[in-house]
Amino acid sequence: MIETILSEIPRFFTWPNLVFLGEAAGRTLMLSVVGCLIGFTLGFVLACIRQTRNPWLAPLRVAAIAYTEIFRRIPFLVILFLVLFAIQVVAPNASLFAIALVSVTIVSTAFLSEIVRAGFDSVPRQQVEAAEVMNFSRWQIIHMIVAPQAWKVILPPGFAFMVMFIKDTALASQVGVVELTFTGKILSNRGFSATLTFGTILLAYFILSYPLTRLGRYLEIRLASPRH
Amino acid sequence: MPHLAIDGLNASYKNLKVLHDICLDVERSEVVSLIGPSGSGKSTLLRTLVGVNKPTSGKVTLAQRTLDYSSASSLKQARDSMAIVFQQYNLFQNMTVIGNVTIAPLKIKKWQRAEVEEHAHSLLQKVGLGHKLKAYPDELSGGQQQRVAIARALALKPQLLLLDEITSALDPELVGEVLDIIRGLARDGMTMLIVSHEMGFVREVSSRVVMMDQGRIVEIGTPQQIFDAPKETRTRDFTARVLSH
Ligand SMILES: Nc1ncnc2c1ncn2[C@@H]1O[C@H](COP(=O)(O)OP(=O)(O)O)[C@@H](O)[C@H]1O
Ligand SMILES: [Mg+2]
Repeated sequence: MIETILSEIPRFFTWPNLVFLGEAAGRTLMLSVVGCLIGFTLGFVLACIRQTRNPWLAPLRVAAIAYTEIFRRIPFLVILFLVLFAIQVVAPNASLFAIALVSVTIVSTAFLSEIVRAGFDSVPRQQVEAAEVMNFSRWQIIHMIVAPQAWKVILPPGFAFMVMFIKDTALASQVGVVELTFTGKILSNRGFSATLTFGTILLAYFILSYPLTRLGRYLEIRLASPRH
Repeated sequence: MPHLAIDGLNASYKNLKVLHDICLDVERSEVVSLIGPSGSGKSTLLRTLVGVNKPTSGKVTLAQRTLDYSSASSLKQARDSMAIVFQQYNLFQNMTVIGNVTIAPLKIKKWQRAEVEEHAHSLLQKVGLGHKLKAYPDELSGGQQQRVAIARALALKPQLLLLDEITSALDPELVGEVLDIIRGLARDGMTMLIVSHEMGFVREVSSRVVMMDQGRIVEIGTPQQIFDAPKETRTRDFTARVLSH
């Protein structure tokens, strides 16, 4: 067993295979990081909508809450298939990667908007009241008072979510996106030992997520004081 | 016409009715003090006037304009001319002392930076915090935060100032200083509605005193009437209890 794996190593770690793996790792990372960055932006907007008080915006608030509550409860794989079929109507030529990216964004928007909301809620209400009485607008309250204090509550779970999603993007292999897990399947179909192949894939996932975890930890410490 | 006219104001928290039919006029340059046992609705009255709690019914007129608490523009206009110091100070924790005091004049009122900063410095000097300009709220004692909140309210140059128990968090030796500031404001003709437990101060500074209990106004009178010859037993009991301390 061990010998066969060892004997395969020179054949396995060839330049073309490494490039193949590297590209797949890049796709996995892109799916998660880009999907979560867009998701964070949209989630932030949803959380801001939920902060409004204007009666006219009530339908928008309901929509934002409904989105968050619904899309956090649908399995990622189901979203992938939904997007896969829905997108054929709007953009039949969309790449599988784009489909996966849209799916990641849909899910991460819901989760990250909830994380942002919890961050906003962590800022004592009295400060918001004081600002309201001084005629700060809703947006001024968010960007001058609430957001600066909420970052340290938002970032740790936000980062954790993104790192966790690196693993979940493996599901994109189900619709044929050549990300890490799919690459593993291809390589093992080419006759490489599954242990070696998926051991390498495992290592690749670790290499992708560990630095991000560290970066998140670093930001968390940097933000622990509200000032800088 | 009074500067502030409150007519039949009612307010509640969820299902709990907290203010019952409050009627009160405050003339320009008058200092009116609210006294009464804890939970009688004094804070709620101030918070309702600035629209942090929405009244359920009643009419509030400020500077001849009837306020519509459900209209953003009406509320904005009213808030433009009043300031409140909350019982829990409510400073912005992400801003320095000077930041707290200058942000609204700079960003909301859009006044000139040089003037705003000069005014803020002199106000903070006056409340004894000239050496703490760059400190953050969590580096200050309760009493210091309270004084920053007072400076922050005054920096807005309000026409009406609402103060909620601004001396309750102060060390005894500071109470006098802060009350001196309020005395000075009264002398300068600032219209104020004050909640206070400092009966000596209330008696000295107020033109009229309002006794509240269980969300109602029990009695309104001059300090002499309220403290020396109260008509209501509830007022007599309360002032006797507080003054005996
Ligand atoms: N945020 C709130 N939610 C529910 N009830 C409240 C709230 N704040 C105050 N109350 C209630 O309203 C009543 C009046 O409180 P308050 O105005 O703070 O009185 P005071 O300032 O005279 O001590 C009390 O019965 C109090 O329990
Ligand atoms: Mg109170």
